Amino acid sequence: MNAPPNIDVDAALALLAMMERIRAFEEQALVAAAEKLVLGAIHPSIGQEAVAAGLVGALRSDDVLLSTHRGHGHTLAKGADALAMMRELLGRRGGCCGGKGGSMHIADFGVGMLGANGVVGANIVIAAGAAQGLRLKGGDQVVCCIFGDGAINRGPFLEGLNWAAVFELPVLFVCEDNQYSALTRTMDTTGGPGPAARAESLGLRATSVDGNDALALADTTREIIARLRAGGRPEFVHALTYRRTGHTASDPAAYRPAGEADTMALQNDPITRLREHLLLAGCHEHSCNALRDNAQHEMREALQTARDSDWPEESAAFADVQDVGSPAQEAY
Amino acid sequence: MAVMTYLEAGKHALANAMRADPMVWCVGEDLGRGGVFGQYRGLQEEFGSQRVADAPISEACIMGAALGAALVGTRPVVEMRFSDFALCAVDELVNQAAKARFMFGGQCRAPLVVREPIGMWRSSAAQHSQSLETWYTHIPGLVVICPATPQDNHDLLAAAIRCDDPVVYMEHKNLWGPAAEVDEQRAPVALGKARLVKAGSDATVVSWSATVHEALAACETLAEEGVAVELLDLRCLWPWDKAAVIASVQRTGRLIIAHEAVSVAGFGAEVAATVGEHLHGDLRAPIRRLGAPRAQIAYAPNLEDQLRVSADMIAAAVRVSLAGARA
Repeated sequence: MNAPPNIDVDAALALLAMMERIRAFEEQALVAAAEKLVLGAIHPSIGQEAVAAGLVGALRSDDVLLSTHRGHGHTLAKGADALAMMRELLGRRGGCCGGKGGSMHIADFGVGMLGANGVVGANIVIAAGAAQGLRLKGGDQVVCCIFGDGAINRGPFLEGLNWAAVFELPVLFVCEDNQYSALTRTMDTTGGPGPAARAESLGLRATSVDGNDALALADTTREIIARLRAGGRPEFVHALTYRRTGHTASDPAAYRPAGEADTMALQNDPITRLREHLLLAGCHEHSCNALRDNAQHEMREALQTARDSDWPEESAAFADVQDVGSPAQEAY
Repeated sequence: MAVMTYLEAGKHALANAMRADPMVWCVGEDLGRGGVFGQYRGLQEEFGSQRVADAPISEACIMGAALGAALVGTRPVVEMRFSDFALCAVDELVNQAAKARFMFGGQCRAPLVVREPIGMWRSSAAQHSQSLETWYTHIPGLVVICPATPQDNHDLLAAAIRCDDPVVYMEHKNLWGPAAEVDEQRAPVALGKARLVKAGSDATVVSWSATVHEALAACETLAEEGVAVELLDLRCLWPWDKAAVIASVQRTGRLIIAHEAVSVAGFGAEVAATVGEHLHGDLRAPIRRLGAPRAQIAYAPNLEDQLRVSADMIAAAVRVSLAGARA
């Protein structure tokens, strides 16, 4: 461990609190999955909490975020309600999408979270357009678009980054690199020197950050957001982290080298690292533990309340299909 | 009232909408040069390059960006040049735009209009000639519009821009040129209402887009033979005017559906099935469908013509129906 950085303890504690909440949420989501309360696939972000907390936490509440299928952490960090999210995972009434989206379509427009996405890389082009729309409306919001390392091999990566560069849009594109594209190591299916080089080739300023260092992520993001808000061009962050679990809750990840996940958990856990920084900065261990205990309590309660929640009204299956020619107008 | 082409009528509707609402904007390739057919000529000069945005050749991003801009409260009009090219953006339209409102539990709307010109346009061959309107009628969330006249191109484009749903707006490339009187002050039209082109009592012909004009020519030929055909232009395929079609066939007892798209699983099949379900006992002859054979569209004119549904074919189908003979 290096000498303690000159850190803002309150800010670091806030980051730790968010990371603990994300981890506790994911752990309860896995419990719910094991108990068959989560009916569809979920993609846990355990081990990747620093990206969500450090990066998304640097956004203003009216800034816009677009996320991925592995988006629980990002959504919490943007300010969504954990209970509404848990209800959504369980498909219950009161879920943030009314139980109609589930984990992969989690969204909370009220806090600027414009949706997770079930299609890899699809959010990149949507993010570019959101920035264009916000500019047309005259706002100074920025847009943050998080995608995984697998997304850099899809066409929308090229089209969306080029678009943002051409229109000089205030978008922060973030490659949250957990090293796996579903069940395959991304490096085995990717040509060239990697995500940052691809972004640079399209004219974006690219920064590589340790994706398990929440403090570094927060600092870097704050600087970038300030540049974007001052009228800057789109930028790119490559945050290297690690996916601790399988692709989904039901994937045992047997394709990984033996011990890889354990080693990463032991040596490079983003929560442990931030705790160590705080302890070195003079923070008491019980303050850190209290954050973890509170988070675990909150998420256990969220799951308990969610499991006791009703299913949606059956009429919701036909609500919000469309205005013109909807099933409500007997348009079958 | 002014005489204007189908192309000009669409442009007027767009320009009027942009003047009325600063959140309406358009995006696509070459729009600053008027667009591939000139449908946007002069608009960038009036509205600037932010609201008439020149896009890279990135169909997926044009569509996806339009969705993003719609989600934050603007009303984009997307230009895809040819419906064939819009296939590069099907994920953005079908998986994203059509589903956003529903899957996010009603937190948002996706009010975008996707203009994707369809149809055979002499010797444009297999990748610039398709009529793919039926594909989109299958997707919950989308509205599908196929205007046939300058007045409708004006009124329906205006209605599409006002609509809060994602609209697939399919102009026919062969219709850009013909002109007719257009009343720009007409009351807003409701989407999903058919247009009665010609009243008649002997048989009902249902059509849309450019084939409406073939059908009208067929009706005129048949009128000389003393046959009064009722011609309905659906105009919208989703929602479609089931009530108008059923009411008409109830009176005439005979239905012929004519469209340019491939007949197999074309929208004519939906119309035929629906009428069959509702009016089986009232039909005086089997329902007849006319569409393209299930073959790619060729470049050479004589080959291309093999796939066209002509006025003669429609008239012949009506005669067969009237004779009560099976196809």
